[in-house]
Amino acid sequence: MYEHDVIVVGGGGAGLRAAIAAHEEGADVAIVTKLHPVRSHTGAAEGGINAALQEGDSWEDHAYDTMKGSDYLGDAPAVDTFAQDAPEEVIQLEHWGMPFSREEDGTVSQRPFGGLSFPRTTYAGAETGHHMLHTLYEQVVKRGIEVYDEWYVSQVAVTDEDDPNERDCHGVVAWDVQSGEIAGFRARDGVILATGGLGQAYDHTTNAVANTGDGVAIAYRAGVPMEDMEMIQFHPTTLPSTGVLISEGVRGEGGILYNSEGERFMFEYGYATNDGELASRDVVARAELTEVQEGRGVEDEYVYLDMRHLGEERITDRLENILHLARDFEGVDGLEEPMPVKPGQHYAMGGIEVDEHGETCIDGLYAAGECACVSLHGGNRLGGNALPELLVFGARAGSHAAGADMPEPKIQTGPDPDAEREELGVPVGEPGATEAAADGGAVENPDSDPEAVVEATAEEERERIETLLEREDGVNHADVRADLQESMTENVNVFREEGSLKQALRDIQDARERYQDVYVADKSRTFNTDLQHTIETRNLLDVAEAITMGALARDEFRGAHWRKEHQERKDDEYLKHTLVSWNDGEPELWYRPVILEGDEQTYEPKIRSY
Amino acid sequence: MSTQTPDTDSETEQPSSTSPQERRMAEKQARKEQREADEAAADNEIQGETVELKVFRYDPEIEGKEEPRFDSFTVPFEKGMTVLDALIFARDEYDSSLTFRHSCRQAVCGSDAFFVNGSQRLGCQTQIADLDGPVRVEPLPHQDVVKDLVVEMDHFYDQMESVDPFFDPDETPEDELEEQRQDRENREQVKLSTRCIWCGACMSSCNIAAGDNKYLGPAAINKAYRFYMDEREGENKRQERLEIIEAEHGVWRCQTQFSCTNVCPKDIPLTEHIQELKREAVKQNLKFW
Repeated sequence: MYEHDVIVVGGGGAGLRAAIAAHEEGADVAIVTKLHPVRSHTGAAEGGINAALQEGDSWEDHAYDTMKGSDYLGDAPAVDTFAQDAPEEVIQLEHWGMPFSREEDGTVSQRPFGGLSFPRTTYAGAETGHHMLHTLYEQVVKRGIEVYDEWYVSQVAVTDEDDPNERDCHGVVAWDVQSGEIAGFRARDGVILATGGLGQAYDHTTNAVANTGDGVAIAYRAGVPMEDMEMIQFHPTTLPSTGVLISEGVRGEGGILYNSEGERFMFEYGYATNDGELASRDVVARAELTEVQEGRGVEDEYVYLDMRHLGEERITDRLENILHLARDFEGVDGLEEPMPVKPGQHYAMGGIEVDEHGETCIDGLYAAGECACVSLHGGNRLGGNALPELLVFGARAGSHAAGADMPEPKIQTGPDPDAEREELGVPVGEPGATEAAADGGAVENPDSDPEAVVEATAEEERERIETLLEREDGVNHADVRADLQESMTENVNVFREEGSLKQALRDIQDARERYQDVYVADKSRTFNTDLQHTIETRNLLDVAEAITMGALARDEFRGAHWRKEHQERKDDEYLKHTLVSWNDGEPELWYRPVILEGDEQTYEPKIRSY
Repeated sequence: MSTQTPDTDSETEQPSSTSPQERRMAEKQARKEQREADEAAADNEIQGETVELKVFRYDPEIEGKEEPRFDSFTVPFEKGMTVLDALIFARDEYDSSLTFRHSCRQAVCGSDAFFVNGSQRLGCQTQIADLDGPVRVEPLPHQDVVKDLVVEMDHFYDQMESVDPFFDPDETPEDELEEQRQDRENREQVKLSTRCIWCGACMSSCNIAAGDNKYLGPAAINKAYRFYMDEREGENKRQERLEIIEAEHGVWRCQTQFSCTNVCPKDIPLTEHIQELKREAVKQNLKFW
C-alpha cells in the first residue's frame, strides 16, 4: 500500500494546480494519473484564460457575464469566488514563467471573447492550454511532488455507511499500467479527483481518447451525485473525420460558413441576423445541423468554413495552427479549399457535485476541473472560462484537502432525502448490479479502519479484474462503446426530443446488458490497454445515462440544452440543478434550487437573446 | 475555447536572409512541396482501396508473443486517414491486444510518436496518403520496448528533469497582481522552444544519444534554452544553467547532424538552439579569461 497525505487523481491542469496548492500547505502530495501529466488534455485548449486584470474591468463584471452566460444555472457563491480568485491565479502563472503573449510595454495581452463585456482573455498564442499545462508541470517538478504516471485509478476507497453524507474517503485503488500491479493508495487527508472531460461518450468529440469520465463515474458509484449532466457544450466547427477543433478564431477573423448550395446560411436563412457566423456556439451548431437535415449539407454531413478570402499573409500570421490542423487531420489545404466542419461534443458543464471548496458530500473526497460541477458554467460555458476554473477550484480543493482553514460552504452537497424523485418511465440502471465482475459499485467494507477500507477495496478490485481477464470469450468492449457513442450522437446531441431520448436510454440499457458479458482478449498484465478501455467503457455507460436522464427530465430550453417540444426557458420551474444519485444500482433523479444570491448582488434572470 | 493569436505567430520575420533558421525553413518548404507532389501521385493509387499495415509486435509475458515479429493488417483506406486511425481500426476490428499510446489525436499530447516507414513521426499527424505502402510501424528506436509500440520513456523524462526545467527568477514582484514584464522580442526568441510536446522523436533520431546514454539530448537542451534565453531569470541561475548545458554530456556532444530538427513534429529548430547555447558557453568562458 502506498501512503500520502493528499492523493490527486489526474495530471491535467486542475490536478497539477491542486497538487501545488496542497504542497504549499505543507502536505505530502502524490499525483496518480493514467497518462503522463504533459499528455493531459488541458494541453489542447487553444483560446485563453479569463480574468479581470485591467483598469476599467472588475471581478463583478466577470461574475455577471459568467452568470448570464450560464443562462442562470450557475450558483452565485461559485461564480463570485471564481471571478474574485482568477486574477491572482493568472498572474501567478505569469510569475511561474508561462509564456503569455505580450503587449508592447511587456504586460500580458488580453483580447475580446464571446459573451464578455470586456476584453479580459489572456492567452499564449493559439496554444494557451499547452503552455499552461507545461508551466504547471514545471512547478510540480520544481517542488519534487511525486507523480505516479501511467497508473489507472479505478475506484475510490470509501466507508459503507448507508447515507453517502456520512461516508469517509480514505484513498483510491489504482493499477500500474506498465506492470499490472494493483495497489491501494491511502490518503491520510484527502483524495482530489481531477480527471477531466467525458467526451468519449460521443463518437464525435474534440476530447482526447482518454476523456472517459472516469472520475465522475467512480465518485457517482461511491455515492456522490452527478450534477447538471445534460448540459453538454457542442462546438460548431470541428473537423468531420476526427473531431479536431477548428478555433472560433477563424470566424473571429472573418471566416464564413457556406452550405452545399454555396449560400452563406447564417444570414440567408436568418439564424442570427446580426451576428452571423459569430453568434454563440449553440446557435451556430443548431444552424449547421438544420442545413444538413434540410438537405443542404455537403455529403449529407457537414458544411464549409471558408477562410481563403482572408489572404495567405493574414492566415499564416494569425491562423497558422489551423492550416496545420486542416492539412494534417483532414488532408485539406485551407489556403486553397474551404474546410469541412460540423458540430462536435466539446465540454461537459456538469459533473461531480462539489461545494465552492471543491469538497463532495463524502468527507475527504474532492473534485476539481471539468469532472466537477460547482456549479460555475451552468447551462453554457463561456469561452476562456474553463482554464481559470481549473486554476481557482483546483487550488481551493488542494488547500482544503491539505487542511487549510475554510469558512462554512454556502453550496450544499449530497443526496437530499426530502427531494422528490422524478420517474422517467424508461428502465435505467445496472442490470445485475451486485455481480462484481462488471460492476464498480460501492464496496462492503469490514470496518471503518482507514487502511482496512483501502485494502478491502483493492482486494475487490483484484478479484474484479481477475474475473474479467479469466473469461475466455464474450463481448468486445469496443463494440459496446461504439454503439453507445453512436446512439448518444444520434439521440442526445445538439437537438433533443422525447422519443430519441427514450430511445437512447433503451440503447444504454441494452449496452449495459451486453457489458455483463464483456471480456478482455489480451491476457497480458503488461500495458494492457484492452483491459483499461474495458473499464473505461463501464464509466461511459454511467455518465451517458445521466446525461440522457437529465435531458429527458428537463423539458425546457436553457443554454446548450435544446428540446424540440419545449422552446422556452421555464424559470418558474427550472431554476434548479439536475442531480442523479446512485442508489444500489438504481439511478435516482432529483433537483436542488439554484443559488442566485451572491456577495454583492442577487442575480436576476434576464432573457439571454442570441 | 478558441481564437487565434493576433500578433506574433509569424515565422517569416527573420533578421537576416541568410540565417540558419531561414535556410531551414526554405528546405522545409521544399520538402513540403515534394511531399505534396508525392501525395497527389499516391492519392491516385490508394484512394478507395485498402492500406496494408506492418506493425511491430512484442509482449514479454505472453507465450508466442515474446519473440518480436511483424503482424500485417489490411485496413480500408479513407481520405484524410492517419497512421493512428489505421492502428485504431486494426486494434478495434482485428486484434484488441494491439498496444500503443495515443490520446489527443491532434499533435499536442505527444504520446503517439512511432517509427513510421523509417522515420520518427506522430501517428496522428501522419496522413496515410503521404506514405508508400505497405506502411511499416515500429516503436521509437533506441528506447526499450515495453510492449508492441509502447516504449520506456523514463530515461527521456529523467533527461528532461535534469536541466532544472522550471522558471527560476531571483525575485518576483511583491504585488501578487503585478507581472514581470517581458519584451516581445525576448518572447519571440524563446517562443519556438516552448512548443515542445515531449514526444521523444528527436531523442530517438539522435545518433549521439543512441551511443551515449548520459547525453542530455535535443529535447532537454531545448528546454534549457527556453529558460537560459529568458532575460527575466537571474544571473546566478543563468550561470548554473550554463554549467549543466556545457557539462561533459551536454551541448558539446552534439555533432549537428540535424536529425532532431528534421523529425520534430512541432518544427522546433533544435539543432540551432544547441548551437546557440554552444556560442553562449564560449562567450561566457572567454569572459573569465
